Amino acid sequence: MQQSVSAHVSDHDHGHVDQEGLKVLGFWIFLVTDCLLFATFFATYAVLHNHTNGGFTAKEFDIPGFIIETFILLISSFTSGLAVLAMNKGNKKGLIRWLIVTAALGATFVGFEINEFTHMVAEGATISKSAFLTSFFSLVGTHGLHVTFGIFWMIGLIFQLSRKGITPVTKRKISIISLYWHFLDAVWIFIFTVVYLMGVM
Amino acid sequence: MSNHHDTGSIKAYIIGFILSIVLTIIPLVLVLEHLLSKSALVVSILVAAVLQFVIQLFFFMHIRDGEGPRYNVMALILGLVFVVTIVAGAMWIMSFNSQVQ
Repeated sequence: MQQSVSAHVSDHDHGHVDQEGLKVLGFWIFLVTDCLLFATFFATYAVLHNHTNGGFTAKEFDIPGFIIETFILLISSFTSGLAVLAMNKGNKKGLIRWLIVTAALGATFVGFEINEFTHMVAEGATISKSAFLTSFFSLVGTHGLHVTFGIFWMIGLIFQLSRKGITPVTKRKISIISLYWHFLDAVWIFIFTVVYLMGVM
Repeated sequence: MSNHHDTGSIKAYIIGFILSIVLTIIPLVLVLEHLLSKSALVVSILVAAVLQFVIQLFFFMHIRDGEGPRYNVMALILGLVFVVTIVAGAMWIMSFNSQVQ
C-alpha cells in the first residue's frame, strides 16, 4: 500500500494529482447517489405507468423522436470520450473542439426533448393529467435537466481551458464531466428501454 | 500521466461505440418488428440495456483504471444493490395494491 502510493505520487508533480484523484472518487460517489435519485423515479414510473386516467398512454410515444434522441446522446457520449483522448495527448485544440461537438449534440438532444414535451402538452398530455404522465415527465424531465446542466458546465470548462490550458486541475475537471456525460447516457439507455420501448411494444 | 495502461485507446472507444449502437438497434428491431412474445421481449431488451450499461462502464468510464483499492467500484456495487432494492421492492409491494383496496 505504502509503496504503491509513493510510486503513484512520484509519477506526478508534487503529489498534487493525488488530491485530484480523490476528487474524481468523490464524483463517482456523487454519481452513485444520483443513481438512487433516478432509481426512485424509475420505481415510481414502473408502479404508475398503467394509471393513464383515460388520457395519453405509453403506446402513443413518438417513435422516430425517441430513436433520434437515443442516437444523438449515444454519439455525444462517444465524442466526449474523444475529447478525453485528445486531452491525454495534450491536444488542447482537439479537446476544445470535441467538447464543443459534445455540447452541441447535447443541446440538440434537449431541443428534441423540449419539442416532444411541447407536442405532448399541446395534445392535452400535461404533467397533471394522470399519474402516468406525472411519473413520465418527472423521470425524463429530470434526466433532461441533468443534460442541460451538463451543457452549461461544459461551456464553462471550454472557457477555462482556453484561458488556462491543460493543467492537472483542468484535466481532472474534464475527466469528471466526461464521467458525468457517460453516466447520463447510461441512464438514458434505461429510459429508452423501460419507458419508450416497453411503452410502444 | 497515471493509469495510462488502460485509459482508452481510440480503438477501445470505437469498439465500445459500435457495440453500443448494435445493442441499441437489436432491441429497437425486436420491438418494432414484434419478433418475440411479450415476456421474452421484455427480458431480451432489458438484457441489452444492462449489457450496454456494462459497456459504458468498461469502455467509456474506464472502471478498471487506477491503482490501489477500487473504491469507485465498491460504491457502485453498493449503489446497484440500493437501486435494485428500491425498484424491485417498490414494484413487488405495489403489486398487492389491488388486493388491499
